[in-house]
Amino acid sequence: MKGGRAYRVWVIALVLTIGGLSSSYYKWQVLGFPVAPREQTEVWTVEVTVRFEAGPGPIKASLYIPGLTPGFAILEENFVSRGFGFTENYVSGGRQVQWARRRAPGLQTLYYRVVLYKDPGQTQSDTTPPFPAKPKLGEPFNTAMEGLIEDVGGKSADAESFAEQLLKRLAQPVADQNVELLLGPVPSAADRARTAQTLLAAARIPARVIRGIYLQDQQRRARIVPWLEVHDGTRWLYFDPVTGSQGLPDNFLQWWTGQDPLLDLDGGVDVDIRFAVQSNVMSRIELAQRRADDAPSVLAQFSLFSLPIQTQAVYSVLLLIPIGALVVVLLRNVIGLQTFGTFMPVLIALAFRETQLLWGVIMFSSLVVLGLAFRFYLERLRLLLVPRLSAVLIIVVMLMLMLSVVSHKLGFEGGLSVALFPMVILAMTIERMSVVWEERGSTEAIQQGLGSLLVAAICYAAMDLDIVQHLLFVFPELLLLVLAATLLMGRYTGYRLLELYRFRGLAGSGN
Amino acid sequence: MALRSKGVLGLNERNANVIQRLNERRLYPLVDDKLRTKRLALAAGIAVPELYGVIGSQHDVRRLADLVGEHRDFVIKPAQGTGGDGILVVTGRSAAGQRLYQLADGELISSNGIRHHVSNIISGQYSFVGIRDRAMIEYRVETDPFFADVSFQGVPDVRVLVYRGYPVMAMVRLPTRRSRGKANLHQGAVGVGVDLATGRTLSGVLDNDIVYEHPDTGAAIGDLVMPQWDYFLALATRCHALTGLGYIGVDIVLDRFRGPLILELNARPGLNIQIANRAGLQGRMTTIDAWQGAEYSSEEKVARVREAFRTIRP
Repeated sequence: MKGGRAYRVWVIALVLTIGGLSSSYYKWQVLGFPVAPREQTEVWTVEVTVRFEAGPGPIKASLYIPGLTPGFAILEENFVSRGFGFTENYVSGGRQVQWARRRAPGLQTLYYRVVLYKDPGQTQSDTTPPFPAKPKLGEPFNTAMEGLIEDVGGKSADAESFAEQLLKRLAQPVADQNVELLLGPVPSAADRARTAQTLLAAARIPARVIRGIYLQDQQRRARIVPWLEVHDGTRWLYFDPVTGSQGLPDNFLQWWTGQDPLLDLDGGVDVDIRFAVQSNVMSRIELAQRRADDAPSVLAQFSLFSLPIQTQAVYSVLLLIPIGALVVVLLRNVIGLQTFGTFMPVLIALAFRETQLLWGVIMFSSLVVLGLAFRFYLERLRLLLVPRLSAVLIIVVMLMLMLSVVSHKLGFEGGLSVALFPMVILAMTIERMSVVWEERGSTEAIQQGLGSLLVAAICYAAMDLDIVQHLLFVFPELLLLVLAATLLMGRYTGYRLLELYRFRGLAGSGN
Repeated sequence: MALRSKGVLGLNERNANVIQRLNERRLYPLVDDKLRTKRLALAAGIAVPELYGVIGSQHDVRRLADLVGEHRDFVIKPAQGTGGDGILVVTGRSAAGQRLYQLADGELISSNGIRHHVSNIISGQYSFVGIRDRAMIEYRVETDPFFADVSFQGVPDVRVLVYRGYPVMAMVRLPTRRSRGKANLHQGAVGVGVDLATGRTLSGVLDNDIVYEHPDTGAAIGDLVMPQWDYFLALATRCHALTGLGYIGVDIVLDRFRGPLILELNARPGLNIQIANRAGLQGRMTTIDAWQGAEYSSEEKVARVREAFRTIRP
């Protein structure tokens, strides 16, 4: 039966540990809650402002907005457009928002705002495109194209090397005749991309032009940059249409695909489109929480972060109490220290969090010493117990007030945080200490007093660890582990550390 | 570990595997409330110090003088006190007007002072969790001359640890100047181990240290043979049947006129008795565990224990 009970405790502790750890692991790995304190992530806010002069008729504006964004994930987006109705839809070039209004006078402004963060998990999820039809060009372009393709085809083995070679040819500063003819006199990046796409189509290689912007901090006017995507039969490869180098810069945000203009406007003139980019840091916690708000995860929905901010602040402290309790169990049942009141040191440790350790110890000691002095005087007045306790409490409050005022006058700001000391606990401690003092002598009273202070300081040290505070707040289910540890210590029947000293005479004596 | 091999019982082990297993919580009030213990003992015909009266409310504190009556000396104690706290021993009164009382340590206290103490007891200052308590006024035990050389004021008592109905270890507790006449080890009294077989005292323990002389009188505390030792053991054994608790400390005093009296029972007896006896409890408990199953009379139990736990003198 004795074995059975121990076995049961182990099983419960194991279940609690597994539950706490797996839930934390899920939140860490899947929902992205950070395990290290103060982890931050860069988020980008891109704002598109569309201004135009409205005509007399109905207005319809179709703006491409980010849909497929390799390397980035959308955190949130807003559409601001007074008086316009808007719909989102998917077209061949990606995602579009369509604003519409029957009539609007004068200058119109439409806003689209998106907040993104880097997420390496976001990749291109397109299906394999069909082979493109061979483009039909007039002469002399056709001949130039054929010549170029034949030339490049001879120097390459597959779609990837073909695209590489072709772009290198297009990028040469001193272009050969064929290239010059195809590109035109002063080719823009978009012209180069379009020409490359046409040439690749002629070689039956699927390719497309994507448009996007570079995410750099504090850009008032970001430029739309074309990029070339080439499908090698299994996946999309990215090429810089100007330099021909392969790959996608990691701050490139894909906005839409194809040759369509960014904005398609009916019923308006004098269009001005601006991209503004701004970067912010956001704590990983906030990010994970906002992501989880959209996710269907019950675990995240019911997390601490869904509480009002003041309540969160309270819990950030309350969650530390179990840690203090665990330390008390350890120090009392495994080490064997004696304290006044079981959990008094935990509350004192909480107060130390506000005052810092040194000030906390100084103030706790002076309050107890002064309080004891008054208590011994009160003894001579022969008061009944409850009024005497109340008197001690009142004196403790007055002493705290005095301590604050005096230390403030002396310029020690630490004395101001004294108010957070749990005064009822202090009053009870003083009362208990004076009883022990009278009944069992000063040695025992001082010993227990110092023991309480030591335990409080150790509790404080444990509760003040950044990592402890952070982990408990983000993963409150770790309390299950604390509970498991407490249960196991509840079954610890070995000697306390101080008992080894206490019974040392027995260990050494002969048989 | 050396302690483990000596069979020393630790606090955690005592709490988890001895007290929780053998002492049912519903039985605790029988021993935690000294009034109930006293009534139980009286009903079973066991000798206890005579009860003069009980004060249970602040209002009744004024009845103190009536309850004390003509007794010149008496003891006031909280019915639910722990560790000997709150016990006031009055040894005499001043002749003139009987206004002043003399305490065991020689101090004088006014009747107002005594009433204040009683009212503190009633408020629960000395009880477990500050609950209201009652003050008992009872016969003051007079130390038997046997202990005259080895105690300082106060009354020594004999603590017999009874495990599952068997006396398993015993010690004499001698008051010192520091314990202010009280026989509690944590207040500074000396504990002296007693050989169960012979009633002969062994060495003592003071604050976890081993001592051979009384710190105040300087008299040797070893090799004294306790009078009426059979009776002490029999008395302790009967207390098991009285309460049903499987692990109790029985405190017995030796009154010079009335012989051994049961003072109180303790459901959570301390572990220093092991230091006083220089022996661990666990081995003895295992031996007793092995005897379970057979029915023995009290006499047989005592006989078995005296045979099994004979202390070999160092």
